[in-house]
Amino acid sequence: MSERGRTLEIHTSPHLASGASVDDIMRNVVLALLPVAAFAIYSFGLAAALVLAVAVLSCVATEHLLCRLVAAPTTLRDWSVTITGLLYGLTLPPALPLWMVAGGGIIGVAMGKFLFGGLGYNAFNPALVGRAFLQAAFPVAMTSWSPAFAADRFSQLPASTLTLPFAAPVYDGASGATPLSLFKFDGQLTATPDLLLGLTNGSAGETCAVLIMAGGLYLAARRMLNWRIPVAVLASVALLGWGLHQLAPAEYPPPGFMLCSGGLMLGAVYMATDMVASPITNAGCVVYGALIGLLVTVIRLWGGMPEGVMYAILLANAVSPHIDGLVRPRVFGTRRA
Amino acid sequence: MFSALRQRRSFAHGIHPPQAKDDTRDLPIKQFPFAPVMIVPLQQHIGKPAVAVVREGQEVERGELIAEPDGFMSVAMHAPASGLIQRLALAPAINGRMAPAIYLKPFPGSSQEVSDGAPCDLASASAEEILLAIQRAGIVGLGGAAFPTHVKLKVPVDKHIDTLIINGVECEPYLTTDHRVMLEQQPDIFTGIRYLLKVTGAGRAIIGVEANKLDVAAALRAALPADLPVAVEVLAVKYPQGAEKMLIRALLGREVPSGGLPSDVAVVTVNVATTAEIGRLLPHGRGIQERVITIGGPAIRKKGNYRIPIGTPLRFALEYAGMEPNLSRVFLGGPMMGQALPSLDIPITKGTSGFIAFTERQTAAPVEYPCIHCAYCVDACPLFLNPSQLGLLARVGEVERMADEYNLLDCFECGSCSYVCPAHIPLVQRFRAAKGLVRKRRAAP
Repeated sequence: MSERGRTLEIHTSPHLASGASVDDIMRNVVLALLPVAAFAIYSFGLAAALVLAVAVLSCVATEHLLCRLVAAPTTLRDWSVTITGLLYGLTLPPALPLWMVAGGGIIGVAMGKFLFGGLGYNAFNPALVGRAFLQAAFPVAMTSWSPAFAADRFSQLPASTLTLPFAAPVYDGASGATPLSLFKFDGQLTATPDLLLGLTNGSAGETCAVLIMAGGLYLAARRMLNWRIPVAVLASVALLGWGLHQLAPAEYPPPGFMLCSGGLMLGAVYMATDMVASPITNAGCVVYGALIGLLVTVIRLWGGMPEGVMYAILLANAVSPHIDGLVRPRVFGTRRA
Repeated sequence: MFSALRQRRSFAHGIHPPQAKDDTRDLPIKQFPFAPVMIVPLQQHIGKPAVAVVREGQEVERGELIAEPDGFMSVAMHAPASGLIQRLALAPAINGRMAPAIYLKPFPGSSQEVSDGAPCDLASASAEEILLAIQRAGIVGLGGAAFPTHVKLKVPVDKHIDTLIINGVECEPYLTTDHRVMLEQQPDIFTGIRYLLKVTGAGRAIIGVEANKLDVAAALRAALPADLPVAVEVLAVKYPQGAEKMLIRALLGREVPSGGLPSDVAVVTVNVATTAEIGRLLPHGRGIQERVITIGGPAIRKKGNYRIPIGTPLRFALEYAGMEPNLSRVFLGGPMMGQALPSLDIPITKGTSGFIAFTERQTAAPVEYPCIHCAYCVDACPLFLNPSQLGLLARVGEVERMADEYNLLDCFECGSCSYVCPAHIPLVQRFRAAKGLVRKRRAAP
């Protein structure tokens, strides 16, 4: 620009930025999930480690290859697909055949994320799309649970893990019914402290409520998660659960059990809070969270399946844009229409 | 987060950029030397350009009228130095175009006495006469908007003003001109307030400052004349509190209606430096021939607050203040709403509150990601707009929907949304373009 050969950059204002970055947010979510993943491996052993590894690898590889296919720069650097892979792995039964794990990961990322336009455009949580596909395709494998804290979990794999593609998986004698199925089919209630600490059976990463909440608190404190969503989900489940339990204590479980069993905690803290697929306004987040809580309660208590978190979140994802349209903050200097 | 607990008043939402005022806040205002040639543009304000009343080769005195206002939406210009009118010609302007200007060559040997005009006597002048005097003095909003002050002060006949707000917030990072003016020119400010109260008919005045200027608040309170109905209010530090709507909300809890003016809620706001100039110039019948600016930022060696003649070429000012060799970006005004300069050959004008220079390292452009709906912008927007949604609509060119359904035209481009966006989407830039398109379409028959 000047005679000294100095170049002036021209940008429009503002000329400062806060330094927050999408990849930074995503990396922190991964960080908050690591203790949950570590506990999954600790309680379910080698099988869980392999499920998580295959889940992450299949998701990451799918996204990378699809980017290559459309000759676009790879989007692995935003770290979002790593979250999808981890979360997806954490929602699976630990003894699920690995080829199914890979299949669901590919479907989740390809159909749940990439076809919609990638990060920022996915209407549904891609991890749950992958899981929903497996639930529909392999209902038996998706509800065959292995026991937690088996003595040989670090030395031996369950027979089902290495099942060849399209062969029917074989399950060893020791089955590990989850607290929700115990309640639904046998009327048996698991103690809440066991649920909080993760001393129960279930999907790889859903068992330890304490670690899930700790990660959620970390993210909420750093403003990388809207705390209103998990609070609204849990509050609505607790409230509905309490009301029903008061009406018919023999038929409906106490609210503490409702809150800490199954995938509710993992779903409320990490799945429902997917920024892209949840509403943008705070009021919208409360409505959305309450809706998820209602759907979870309805599916769990009156549906055919013991668990309903996945479908509840996917349904709420679908209406999330409409919630944003309906619940809008009043613009400064205007009257509410 | 914690500012809310300290119970200082403010508006809702907003952001906390680094203030970066420590380098210059304690430096007293220094007189800037005269450049070898001054360039006084005929349009330094919003409205119609002034009309030159001097000819080439004419000698003028410092402070002498050199251009007259052209109608009501226009203000006068005065000679920034005693010297020779070299030529009336085009000069580069901030928008990259060329605009008519007066080139003035100061006399090196002159004593540079400022010439007086017809004084405007506070006791005897009517409101109309004060307004005229403000226009003749060439006074515009010195906070950066450069809107003619007499136009702003002309209260519609059906409106009643109860409060005059003196804006001493200076929420832009780096800028410390208002800070220094409030410490060094208190008598001018109080005199200015007397004129303004008379013009607007307001019963009281409030000087609003932020909690990063507690020294200012204490000094102003100590110096308040007993007969003047003025209060000094300290607000929480938050950007963009210096914006009229936000300041009125913070001080009085009143919301200026969408598309309305402060007079709709019985308020007039005037920048504190503008107030000080009114108080300094009107009693002598003088015009604005200089203003206080902050020269700062990491790429400047002699950072400081300077009283600089209007029309000083930026290149001269930068060379005097000393540039680091890796300077890469200069903007007029603060870094949040200031304009990046296309050239160093433009002059300092009445609306220039400072210029800030950055080096290359501080201005690297980050990668842009897709919007992830994180809602940071929604929580930052002081007007409760939805910048995320507006940004998505801007991408697909739906400017009419932006205006009709999402209140685009309320946006005053404070830049809070762009500042917080972790996807580094240039939101404000897109809104500015969209607003331009909407206005153009609506103006077309």
